[in-house]
Amino acid sequence: MLDLIKGPILTFQEFVLLAGRAVRGVFRKPAYWTDVFTQMDLIGIGSLPVVILTGFFSGAIMSLQMSRALQTYGATSQVGQIVAITLVREMGPVLTALMVAGRNSSGIASELGSMKVTEQIDAMRALGTDPVMKLVKPRLIATATMLPLLTIIADFVGIFGGWVVACPLLGLTSDAQYWNNSWRSLEYNDIGQGLLKPFVFALVISLVGCHYGMRTTGGTQGVGRATTQAVVVASVWIVVLTFLIGRIFVSM
Amino acid sequence: MAATQDSPILAFDAVSVRFDDQTALDGVSFTIRRGESLVLLGEAGCGKTVLLKTALGLIRPDAGRVFLFGEDVTAASEQQWYGLRARIGVLFQEGGLFDSLSIEENVSYPLLNQPSLRCPGGEMAERVERSLEFVELGHTLEKYPSELSGGMRRRVGIARAIVTEPELLLYDSPTAGLDPITATTIMALIIKGRDVRRATTVIVTHRYQDGEMLTRYRHDPGLGRLTPASANGAGPKTHYLVLRAGRVVFDGSQAALEASADPYVANFVRRSG
Repeated sequence: MLDLIKGPILTFQEFVLLAGRAVRGVFRKPAYWTDVFTQMDLIGIGSLPVVILTGFFSGAIMSLQMSRALQTYGATSQVGQIVAITLVREMGPVLTALMVAGRNSSGIASELGSMKVTEQIDAMRALGTDPVMKLVKPRLIATATMLPLLTIIADFVGIFGGWVVACPLLGLTSDAQYWNNSWRSLEYNDIGQGLLKPFVFALVISLVGCHYGMRTTGGTQGVGRATTQAVVVASVWIVVLTFLIGRIFVSM
Repeated sequence: MAATQDSPILAFDAVSVRFDDQTALDGVSFTIRRGESLVLLGEAGCGKTVLLKTALGLIRPDAGRVFLFGEDVTAASEQQWYGLRARIGVLFQEGGLFDSLSIEENVSYPLLNQPSLRCPGGEMAERVERSLEFVELGHTLEKYPSELSGGMRRRVGIARAIVTEPELLLYDSPTAGLDPITATTIMALIIKGRDVRRATTVIVTHRYQDGEMLTRYRHDPGLGRLTPASANGAGPKTHYLVLRAGRVVFDGSQAALEASADPYVANFVRRSG
Protein backbone atom coordinates (compact mmCIF):
# COMPACT_ATOMS: atom_id res chain seq x y z
CA MET A 1 0.00 0.00 0.00
CA LEU A 2 2.82 2.36 0.99
CA ASP A 3 4.66 1.58 -2.25
CA LEU A 4 1.53 2.36 -4.24
CA ILE A 5 1.20 5.90 -2.91
CA LYS A 6 4.95 6.56 -2.75
CA GLY A 7 5.16 7.30 -6.50
CA PRO A 8 2.37 9.89 -6.70
CA ILE A 9 3.54 11.58 -3.47
CA LEU A 10 7.09 11.82 -4.83
CA THR A 11 5.79 13.25 -8.12
CA PHE A 12 3.69 15.81 -6.22
CA GLN A 13 6.69 16.74 -4.07
CA GLU A 14 8.80 17.31 -7.21
CA PHE A 15 5.98 19.42 -8.68
CA VAL A 16 5.73 21.57 -5.55
CA LEU A 17 9.51 22.08 -5.49
CA LEU A 18 9.55 23.10 -9.16
CA ALA A 19 6.56 25.41 -8.62
CA GLY A 20 8.29 27.01 -5.62
CA ARG A 21 11.52 27.59 -7.55
CA ALA A 22 9.63 28.99 -10.55
CA VAL A 23 7.46 31.36 -8.49
CA ARG A 24 10.52 32.53 -6.52
CA GLY A 25 12.33 32.97 -9.85
CA VAL A 26 9.66 35.40 -11.08
CA PHE A 27 11.03 37.99 -8.63
CA ARG A 28 14.69 37.30 -9.44
CA LYS A 29 17.12 38.06 -12.26
CA PRO A 30 17.81 37.26 -15.05
CA ALA A 31 14.44 38.11 -16.56
CA TYR A 32 14.70 36.60 -20.10
CA TRP A 33 12.10 39.03 -21.46
CA THR A 34 12.62 37.87 -25.06
CA ASP A 35 11.60 34.35 -24.05
CA VAL A 36 8.60 35.74 -22.12
CA PHE A 37 7.33 37.66 -25.19
CA THR A 38 7.95 34.68 -27.49
CA GLN A 39 5.89 32.47 -25.17
CA MET A 40 3.16 35.15 -24.89
CA ASP A 41 2.90 35.10 -28.67
CA LEU A 42 2.84 31.30 -28.82
CA ILE A 43 0.39 30.82 -25.96
CA GLY A 44 -1.75 33.94 -26.28
CA ILE A 45 -1.93 34.84 -29.97
CA GLY A 46 -1.52 31.19 -30.98
CA SER A 47 -4.52 30.09 -28.90
CA LEU A 48 -6.76 32.96 -30.04
CA PRO A 49 -8.53 31.18 -32.96
CA VAL A 50 -9.43 28.07 -30.93
CA VAL A 51 -10.52 30.17 -27.93
CA ILE A 52 -12.73 32.42 -30.08
CA LEU A 53 -14.38 29.42 -31.75
CA THR A 54 -14.96 27.62 -28.46
CA GLY A 55 -16.25 30.78 -26.77
CA PHE A 56 -18.64 31.62 -29.61
CA PHE A 57 -20.16 28.16 -29.82
CA SER A 58 -20.42 27.64 -26.06
CA GLY A 59 -22.50 30.85 -25.85
CA ALA A 60 -24.55 29.88 -28.89
CA ILE A 61 -25.23 26.36 -27.54
CA MET A 62 -26.23 27.73 -24.18
CA SER A 63 -28.77 30.08 -25.79
CA LEU A 64 -30.10 27.25 -27.90
CA GLN A 65 -30.50 24.82 -25.00
CA MET A 66 -31.97 27.43 -22.69
CA SER A 67 -34.54 28.59 -25.25
CA ARG A 68 -36.86 25.63 -24.69
CA ALA A 69 -36.55 25.63 -20.88
CA LEU A 70 -37.15 29.38 -20.69
CA GLN A 71 -40.11 29.19 -23.06
CA THR A 72 -41.75 26.71 -20.61
CA TYR A 73 -41.68 29.40 -17.91
CA GLY A 74 -42.26 32.30 -20.30
CA ALA A 75 -38.93 33.79 -19.28
CA THR A 76 -37.14 33.97 -22.62
CA SER A 77 -36.13 37.56 -21.89
CA GLN A 78 -33.74 36.21 -19.23
CA VAL A 79 -31.57 34.37 -21.76
CA GLY A 80 -28.88 37.10 -21.76
CA GLN A 81 -28.60 36.92 -17.98
CA ILE A 82 -28.15 33.12 -17.97
CA VAL A 83 -25.59 33.12 -20.80
CA ALA A 84 -23.55 35.93 -19.22
CA ILE A 85 -23.45 34.50 -15.69
CA THR A 86 -22.67 30.94 -16.80
CA LEU A 87 -19.99 32.07 -19.21
CA VAL A 88 -18.24 34.57 -16.97
CA ARG A 89 -18.36 32.42 -13.84
CA GLU A 90 -17.72 28.97 -15.22
CA MET A 91 -17.81 28.08 -18.89
CA GLY A 92 -15.47 30.85 -20.13
CA PRO A 93 -12.61 30.17 -17.69
CA VAL A 94 -12.95 26.37 -17.78
CA LEU A 95 -13.36 25.89 -21.53
CA THR A 96 -10.59 28.39 -22.32
CA ALA A 97 -8.29 26.71 -19.81
CA LEU A 98 -9.08 23.25 -21.19
CA MET A 99 -8.36 24.43 -24.74
CA VAL A 100 -5.11 26.09 -23.69
CA ALA A 101 -4.18 23.01 -21.62
CA GLY A 102 -4.74 20.77 -24.63
CA ARG A 103 -2.72 23.07 -26.81
CA ASN A 104 0.00 24.40 -24.50
CA SER A 105 0.48 21.94 -21.62
CA SER A 106 1.14 19.34 -24.29
CA GLY A 107 3.30 21.73 -26.32
CA ILE A 108 5.38 22.71 -23.29
CA ALA A 109 5.76 19.09 -22.14
CA SER A 110 6.80 17.86 -25.58
CA GLU A 111 9.21 20.75 -26.18
CA LEU A 112 10.90 20.44 -22.80
CA GLY A 113 10.74 16.63 -22.99
CA SER A 114 12.55 16.65 -26.33
CA MET A 115 15.13 19.02 -24.88
CA LYS A 116 15.57 16.69 -21.91
CA VAL A 117 16.10 13.51 -23.95
CA THR A 118 18.51 15.24 -26.35
CA GLU A 119 20.53 16.54 -23.36
CA GLN A 120 19.75 20.19 -24.16
CA ILE A 121 18.65 20.81 -20.56
CA ASP A 122 21.90 19.29 -19.26
CA ALA A 123 23.79 21.41 -21.80
CA MET A 124 21.95 24.49 -20.55
CA ARG A 125 23.08 23.80 -16.97
CA ALA A 126 26.60 23.00 -18.15
CA LEU A 127 26.78 26.28 -20.09
CA GLY A 128 25.73 28.47 -17.18
CA THR A 129 21.92 28.75 -17.38
CA ASP A 130 19.37 27.66 -14.80
CA PRO A 131 16.68 25.77 -16.80
CA VAL A 132 13.98 26.84 -14.31
CA MET A 133 14.77 30.51 -14.97
CA LYS A 134 15.27 30.13 -18.71
CA LEU A 135 12.49 27.65 -19.56
CA VAL A 136 9.91 27.47 -16.75
CA LYS A 137 9.73 31.11 -15.64
CA PRO A 138 8.96 32.62 -19.09
CA ARG A 139 6.23 30.03 -19.70
CA LEU A 140 4.73 30.68 -16.26
CA ILE A 141 4.68 34.47 -16.72
CA ALA A 142 3.37 34.20 -20.29
CA THR A 143 0.52 31.81 -19.41
CA ALA A 144 -0.45 33.74 -16.25
CA THR A 145 -0.70 36.94 -18.34
CA MET A 146 -2.36 35.56 -21.45
CA LEU A 147 -4.93 33.12 -20.04
CA PRO A 148 -6.99 35.77 -18.15
CA LEU A 149 -6.95 37.92 -21.33
CA LEU A 150 -8.02 34.96 -23.46
CA THR A 151 -10.80 34.24 -20.99
CA ILE A 152 -12.10 37.81 -21.22
CA ILE A 153 -12.16 37.47 -25.02
CA ALA A 154 -13.89 34.07 -24.79
CA ASP A 155 -16.51 35.49 -22.39
CA PHE A 156 -17.30 38.40 -24.69
CA VAL A 157 -17.39 36.28 -27.85
CA GLY A 158 -19.55 33.72 -26.00
CA ILE A 159 -22.10 36.36 -24.98
CA PHE A 160 -22.08 37.53 -28.61
CA GLY A 161 -22.65 33.91 -29.74
CA GLY A 162 -25.57 33.69 -27.34
CA TRP A 163 -27.02 36.88 -28.83
CA VAL A 164 -26.71 35.51 -32.40
CA VAL A 165 -28.88 32.52 -31.45
CA ALA A 166 -31.22 34.33 -29.04
CA CYS A 167 -32.04 37.39 -31.15
CA PRO A 168 -31.45 37.14 -34.91
CA LEU A 169 -31.94 33.34 -35.07
CA LEU A 170 -34.71 32.46 -32.59
CA GLY A 171 -36.06 35.89 -31.71
CA LEU A 172 -36.32 35.03 -28.01
CA THR A 173 -35.83 38.61 -26.88
CA SER A 174 -34.94 42.07 -28.18
CA ASP A 175 -31.33 43.11 -28.75
CA ALA A 176 -31.45 45.82 -26.13
CA GLN A 177 -32.99 43.53 -23.53
CA TYR A 178 -30.38 40.80 -24.20
CA TRP A 179 -27.39 43.11 -23.82
CA ASN A 180 -28.94 45.01 -20.92
CA ASN A 181 -29.70 41.81 -19.01
CA SER A 182 -26.26 40.38 -19.74
CA TRP A 183 -24.51 43.48 -18.46
CA ARG A 184 -26.68 44.13 -15.39
CA SER A 185 -26.69 40.53 -14.19
CA LEU A 186 -22.92 40.46 -13.65
CA GLU A 187 -21.68 41.31 -10.14
CA TYR A 188 -18.19 41.89 -8.86
CA ASN A 189 -18.25 38.40 -7.34
CA ASP A 190 -18.76 36.91 -10.83
CA ILE A 191 -16.01 39.00 -12.39
CA GLY A 192 -13.73 38.17 -9.44
CA GLN A 193 -14.02 34.42 -9.79
CA GLY A 194 -14.07 34.73 -13.58
CA LEU A 195 -10.61 36.31 -13.44
CA LEU A 196 -9.15 34.44 -10.47
CA LYS A 197 -9.87 31.07 -12.06
CA PRO A 198 -7.88 31.61 -15.28
CA PHE A 199 -4.96 32.93 -13.24
CA VAL A 200 -4.90 29.77 -11.09
CA PHE A 201 -5.45 27.57 -14.16
CA ALA A 202 -2.53 29.30 -15.88
CA LEU A 203 -0.22 28.27 -13.03
CA VAL A 204 -1.47 24.69 -13.37
CA ILE A 205 -1.19 24.56 -17.18
CA SER A 206 2.34 25.98 -17.37
CA LEU A 207 3.81 24.25 -14.32
CA VAL A 208 2.28 20.83 -15.07
CA GLY A 209 3.57 21.05 -18.66
CA CYS A 210 7.06 22.06 -17.48
CA HIS A 211 7.09 19.46 -14.70
CA TYR A 212 6.28 16.53 -16.98
CA GLY A 213 8.59 17.84 -19.71
CA MET A 214 11.57 18.23 -17.42
CA ARG A 215 11.25 14.77 -15.87
CA THR A 216 10.97 12.99 -19.24
CA THR A 217 12.99 9.82 -19.59
CA GLY A 218 13.03 7.06 -22.17
CA GLY A 219 13.63 8.76 -25.52
CA THR A 220 10.89 9.72 -27.96
CA GLN A 221 8.45 7.27 -26.36
CA GLY A 222 8.99 9.10 -23.09
CA VAL A 223 8.20 12.44 -24.77
CA GLY A 224 4.84 11.06 -25.94
CA ARG A 225 4.09 9.75 -22.45
CA ALA A 226 5.02 13.08 -20.83
CA THR A 227 2.79 14.97 -23.29
CA THR A 228 -0.24 12.78 -22.56
CA GLN A 229 0.32 12.91 -18.80
CA ALA A 230 0.64 16.71 -18.88
CA VAL A 231 -2.70 17.19 -20.69
CA VAL A 232 -4.57 14.67 -18.54
CA VAL A 233 -3.22 15.96 -15.22
CA ALA A 234 -3.69 19.64 -16.16
CA SER A 235 -7.28 19.00 -17.33
CA VAL A 236 -8.21 17.06 -14.18
CA TRP A 237 -6.72 19.79 -11.97
CA ILE A 238 -8.67 22.46 -13.85
CA VAL A 239 -11.96 20.65 -13.22
CA VAL A 240 -11.15 20.00 -9.55
CA LEU A 241 -9.94 23.56 -8.94
CA THR A 242 -12.94 25.18 -10.61
CA PHE A 243 -15.15 23.32 -8.14
CA LEU A 244 -13.02 24.37 -5.16
CA ILE A 245 -12.83 28.03 -6.23
CA GLY A 246 -16.55 27.99 -7.08
CA ARG A 247 -17.29 26.58 -3.63
CA ILE A 248 -15.37 29.40 -1.96
CA PHE A 249 -17.13 32.13 -3.98
CA VAL A 250 -20.58 30.60 -3.57
CA SER A 251 -20.25 30.77 0.22
CA MET A 252 -18.98 34.37 0.11
CA MET B 1 42.92 26.90 -3.54
CA ALA B 2 44.53 27.20 -6.98
CA ALA B 3 45.67 24.00 -8.64
CA THR B 4 49.43 23.71 -9.16
CA GLN B 5 50.99 22.15 -12.25
CA ASP B 6 50.97 18.67 -10.72
CA SER B 7 47.81 18.85 -8.65
CA PRO B 8 44.86 16.81 -9.89
CA ILE B 9 42.44 18.63 -12.17
CA LEU B 10 39.77 16.03 -11.51
CA ALA B 11 39.70 13.29 -8.89
CA PHE B 12 37.03 10.86 -7.72
CA ASP B 13 37.36 9.27 -4.30
CA ALA B 14 35.11 6.20 -3.85
CA VAL B 15 32.22 7.90 -5.65
CA SER B 16 28.89 6.05 -5.76
CA VAL B 17 25.73 7.12 -7.58
CA ARG B 18 22.40 5.34 -7.27
CA PHE B 19 19.11 5.82 -9.10
CA ASP B 20 16.26 4.35 -7.02
CA ASP B 21 17.47 0.79 -6.44
CA GLN B 22 19.98 0.79 -9.33
CA THR B 23 23.68 1.43 -8.76
CA ALA B 24 25.17 3.50 -11.61
CA LEU B 25 28.61 4.09 -10.06
CA ASP B 26 30.02 1.93 -7.30
CA GLY B 27 33.04 3.25 -5.39
CA VAL B 28 34.77 4.80 -8.41
CA SER B 29 38.19 6.34 -7.73
CA PHE B 30 40.63 7.90 -10.19
CA THR B 31 42.82 10.96 -10.61
CA ILE B 32 43.65 13.02 -13.66
CA ARG B 33 46.40 15.65 -13.57
CA ARG B 34 46.79 18.84 -15.56
CA GLY B 35 47.61 18.19 -19.22
CA GLU B 36 46.83 14.47 -19.04
CA SER B 37 44.23 12.62 -21.09
CA LEU B 38 41.86 10.04 -19.71
CA VAL B 39 40.09 7.50 -21.90
CA LEU B 40 37.03 6.04 -20.28
CA LEU B 41 36.07 2.72 -21.83
CA GLY B 42 33.16 0.41 -21.12
CA GLU B 43 30.11 -1.26 -22.58
CA ALA B 44 26.79 0.58 -22.97
CA GLY B 45 25.05 1.29 -19.65
CA CYS B 46 28.15 0.75 -17.49
CA GLY B 47 28.04 4.28 -16.05
CA LYS B 48 30.40 6.21 -18.35
CA THR B 49 28.00 9.11 -18.98
CA VAL B 50 26.93 9.16 -15.32
CA LEU B 51 30.59 9.54 -14.36
CA LEU B 52 31.00 12.47 -16.74
CA LYS B 53 27.82 14.16 -15.52
CA THR B 54 28.96 13.66 -11.91
CA ALA B 55 32.26 15.38 -12.81
CA LEU B 56 30.19 18.27 -14.21
CA GLY B 57 27.98 18.51 -11.12
CA LEU B 58 24.85 17.60 -13.11
CA ILE B 59 24.43 14.50 -10.93
CA ARG B 60 25.16 14.52 -7.21
CA PRO B 61 27.07 11.54 -5.78
CA ASP B 62 25.36 9.50 -3.06
CA ALA B 63 28.71 8.63 -1.48
CA GLY B 64 32.37 9.53 -1.92
CA ARG B 65 34.04 12.82 -2.82
CA VAL B 66 34.69 14.71 -6.07
CA PHE B 67 37.67 17.06 -6.42
CA LEU B 68 37.79 19.59 -9.24
CA PHE B 69 40.64 22.03 -9.87
CA GLY B 70 42.09 21.03 -6.50
CA GLU B 71 38.92 21.74 -4.51
CA ASP B 72 36.44 19.41 -2.87
CA VAL B 73 33.23 20.13 -4.80
CA THR B 74 31.12 17.27 -3.44
CA ALA B 75 28.82 19.60 -1.53
CA ALA B 76 29.09 22.62 -3.88
CA SER B 77 25.85 24.53 -4.45
CA GLU B 78 24.36 24.92 -7.95
CA GLN B 79 25.54 28.56 -7.95
CA GLN B 80 29.12 27.47 -7.15
CA TRP B 81 28.87 24.86 -9.89
CA TYR B 82 27.97 27.54 -12.47
CA GLY B 83 31.33 29.19 -11.70
CA LEU B 84 33.21 25.88 -11.93
CA ARG B 85 31.50 24.86 -15.18
CA ALA B 86 32.79 28.05 -16.82
CA ARG B 87 36.22 26.37 -16.67
CA ILE B 88 35.01 23.12 -18.27
CA GLY B 89 34.14 22.44 -21.90
CA VAL B 90 31.75 19.59 -22.63
CA LEU B 91 30.48 17.71 -25.65
CA PHE B 92 27.35 15.72 -24.89
CA GLN B 93 26.58 12.29 -26.31
CA GLU B 94 23.44 13.61 -28.02
CA GLY B 95 25.22 16.81 -29.04
CA GLY B 96 23.13 18.97 -26.74
CA LEU B 97 22.85 21.69 -29.41
CA PHE B 98 19.84 23.98 -29.02
CA ASP B 99 17.48 23.33 -31.95
CA SER B 100 15.91 26.78 -31.80
CA LEU B 101 19.23 28.63 -32.00
CA SER B 102 21.51 29.14 -35.01
CA ILE B 103 25.01 27.65 -35.02
CA GLU B 104 26.48 31.06 -34.19
CA GLU B 105 24.06 31.46 -31.24
CA ASN B 106 24.79 27.92 -30.07
CA VAL B 107 28.54 28.47 -30.02
CA SER B 108 28.27 31.90 -28.39
CA TYR B 109 25.82 30.58 -25.74
CA PRO B 110 28.42 29.95 -22.98
CA LEU B 111 30.06 33.34 -23.63
CA LEU B 112 26.71 35.08 -23.24
CA ASN B 113 25.43 33.14 -20.25
CA GLN B 114 28.51 32.58 -18.08
CA PRO B 115 28.99 35.83 -16.12
CA SER B 116 32.74 35.18 -15.74
CA LEU B 117 33.15 34.70 -19.52
CA ARG B 118 31.21 37.69 -20.83
CA CYS B 119 33.12 39.74 -23.36
CA PRO B 120 32.38 42.65 -25.75
CA GLY B 121 30.25 41.80 -28.82
CA GLY B 122 33.13 42.20 -31.31
CA GLU B 123 35.46 39.95 -29.34
CA MET B 124 32.70 37.38 -28.88
CA ALA B 125 31.95 37.23 -32.61
CA GLU B 126 35.66 36.81 -33.29
CA ARG B 127 35.98 33.98 -30.74
CA VAL B 128 32.91 32.19 -32.13
CA GLU B 129 34.24 32.48 -35.67
CA ARG B 130 37.70 31.28 -34.60
CA SER B 131 36.19 28.33 -32.77
CA LEU B 132 34.08 27.33 -35.78
CA GLU B 133 37.09 27.73 -38.08
CA PHE B 134 38.96 25.39 -35.75
CA VAL B 135 36.44 22.62 -36.53
CA GLU B 136 36.36 23.73 -40.19
CA LEU B 137 32.76 24.91 -40.06
CA GLY B 138 33.28 28.65 -40.43
CA HIS B 139 30.64 28.80 -43.19
CA THR B 140 27.76 27.49 -41.03
CA LEU B 141 27.22 30.52 -38.76
CA GLU B 142 23.68 31.24 -39.98
CA LYS B 143 22.53 27.63 -40.25
CA TYR B 144 20.47 25.69 -37.69
CA PRO B 145 21.49 22.33 -36.14
CA SER B 146 18.75 20.50 -38.08
CA GLU B 147 20.38 21.60 -41.35
CA LEU B 148 23.68 19.89 -40.50
CA SER B 149 24.74 16.24 -40.70
CA GLY B 150 25.43 14.18 -37.55
CA GLY B 151 29.20 14.62 -37.90
CA MET B 152 28.89 18.37 -38.46
CA ARG B 153 26.66 18.71 -35.39
CA ARG B 154 29.29 16.88 -33.35
CA ARG B 155 31.92 19.31 -34.69
CA VAL B 156 29.75 22.29 -33.71
CA GLY B 157 29.51 20.67 -30.25
CA ILE B 158 33.31 20.62 -30.11
CA ALA B 159 33.45 24.27 -31.22
CA ARG B 160 31.03 25.19 -28.41
CA ALA B 161 33.11 23.19 -25.91
CA ILE B 162 36.37 24.94 -26.79
CA VAL B 163 35.07 28.48 -27.38
CA THR B 164 35.57 29.31 -23.70
CA GLU B 165 39.16 27.99 -23.80
CA PRO B 166 38.50 25.70 -20.85
CA GLU B 167 41.08 23.99 -18.65
CA LEU B 168 39.22 20.69 -18.75
CA LEU B 169 37.46 19.18 -21.76
CA LEU B 170 34.92 16.38 -21.39
CA TYR B 171 33.80 14.47 -24.49
CA ASP B 172 30.94 12.01 -24.15
CA SER B 173 31.04 9.40 -26.94
CA PRO B 174 32.18 11.88 -29.62
CA THR B 175 32.37 9.20 -32.33
CA ALA B 176 29.24 7.18 -31.46
CA GLY B 177 27.04 6.48 -34.47
CA LEU B 178 29.44 8.06 -36.98
CA ASP B 179 31.04 6.45 -40.02
CA PRO B 180 34.79 5.62 -39.65
CA ILE B 181 35.97 8.57 -41.76
CA THR B 182 33.90 11.13 -39.82
CA ALA B 183 34.90 9.45 -36.53
CA THR B 184 38.58 9.86 -37.45
CA THR B 185 37.98 13.53 -38.34
CA ILE B 186 36.33 14.10 -34.95
CA MET B 187 39.19 12.37 -33.11
CA ALA B 188 41.74 14.44 -35.07
CA LEU B 189 39.93 17.60 -33.89
CA ILE B 190 39.93 16.38 -30.29
CA ILE B 191 43.69 15.69 -30.50
CA LYS B 192 44.20 19.11 -32.09
CA GLY B 193 42.18 20.70 -29.27
CA ARG B 194 44.23 18.86 -26.69
CA ASP B 195 47.64 19.73 -28.18
CA VAL B 196 46.99 23.30 -29.35
CA ARG B 197 45.29 24.40 -26.13
CA ARG B 198 47.12 22.00 -23.78
CA ALA B 199 43.77 21.19 -22.18
CA THR B 200 43.21 18.25 -19.88
CA THR B 201 40.96 15.88 -21.79
CA VAL B 202 38.52 13.19 -20.68
CA ILE B 203 36.97 11.14 -23.44
CA VAL B 204 34.21 8.62 -22.91
CA THR B 205 33.95 5.99 -25.62
CA HIS B 206 33.17 2.38 -26.32
CA ARG B 207 35.68 2.30 -29.22
CA TYR B 208 39.21 1.30 -28.33
CA GLN B 209 40.48 2.96 -31.55
CA ASP B 210 39.56 6.41 -30.17
CA GLY B 211 41.86 5.93 -27.18
CA GLU B 212 44.55 4.44 -29.36
CA MET B 213 44.52 7.53 -31.62
CA LEU B 214 44.67 9.81 -28.59
CA THR B 215 47.75 7.93 -27.31
CA ARG B 216 49.60 7.38 -30.57
CA TYR B 217 49.11 10.67 -32.38
CA ARG B 218 49.76 14.30 -31.74
CA HIS B 219 48.90 17.45 -33.67
CA ASP B 220 51.80 19.03 -35.50
CA PRO B 221 51.06 22.77 -35.73
CA GLY B 222 53.75 23.18 -38.42
CA LEU B 223 52.28 20.58 -40.73
CA GLY B 224 48.71 21.28 -39.64
CA ARG B 225 47.90 17.56 -39.33
CA LEU B 226 48.37 14.55 -37.05
CA THR B 227 51.73 12.87 -36.82
CA PRO B 228 52.69 9.75 -34.82
CA ALA B 229 53.71 10.60 -31.25
CA SER B 230 57.40 10.07 -30.44
CA ALA B 231 58.27 6.62 -29.18
CA ASN B 232 60.07 7.96 -26.09
CA GLY B 233 56.74 8.83 -24.50
CA ALA B 234 57.07 12.60 -24.87
CA GLY B 235 53.84 14.50 -25.27
CA PRO B 236 50.62 14.31 -23.29
CA LYS B 237 50.22 11.33 -20.98
CA THR B 238 47.14 9.21 -21.65
CA HIS B 239 45.71 6.70 -19.29
CA TYR B 240 42.74 4.39 -19.44
CA LEU B 241 39.89 3.62 -17.11
CA VAL B 242 37.64 0.65 -17.87
CA LEU B 243 34.20 0.51 -16.25
CA ARG B 244 32.00 -2.52 -15.81
CA ALA B 245 28.57 -2.24 -14.17
CA GLY B 246 29.61 0.99 -12.42
CA ARG B 247 32.90 -0.37 -11.07
CA VAL B 248 36.45 0.42 -12.20
CA VAL B 249 37.97 -2.84 -13.45
CA PHE B 250 41.09 -1.29 -14.97
CA ASP B 251 43.10 1.89 -14.42
CA GLY B 252 46.44 2.20 -16.22
CA SER B 253 48.38 2.86 -19.42
CA GLN B 254 47.66 1.57 -22.91
CA ALA B 255 50.48 -0.98 -22.65
CA ALA B 256 49.01 -2.32 -19.40
CA LEU B 257 45.55 -2.36 -20.97
CA GLU B 258 46.73 -4.42 -23.93
CA ALA B 259 48.51 -6.81 -21.58
CA SER B 260 45.57 -7.17 -19.21
CA ALA B 261 44.58 -10.75 -18.35
CA ASP B 262 41.07 -9.70 -17.31
CA PRO B 263 38.78 -11.37 -19.89
CA TYR B 264 36.36 -8.38 -19.92
CA VAL B 265 39.16 -5.87 -20.59
CA ALA B 266 41.00 -8.16 -23.01
CA ASN B 267 37.81 -8.90 -24.92
CA PHE B 268 37.10 -5.20 -25.10
CA VAL B 269 40.50 -4.42 -26.60
CA ARG B 270 40.40 -7.39 -29.01
CA ARG B 271 36.83 -6.75 -30.13
CA SER B 272 37.41 -3.08 -30.80
CA GLY B 273 40.90 -3.35 -32.19
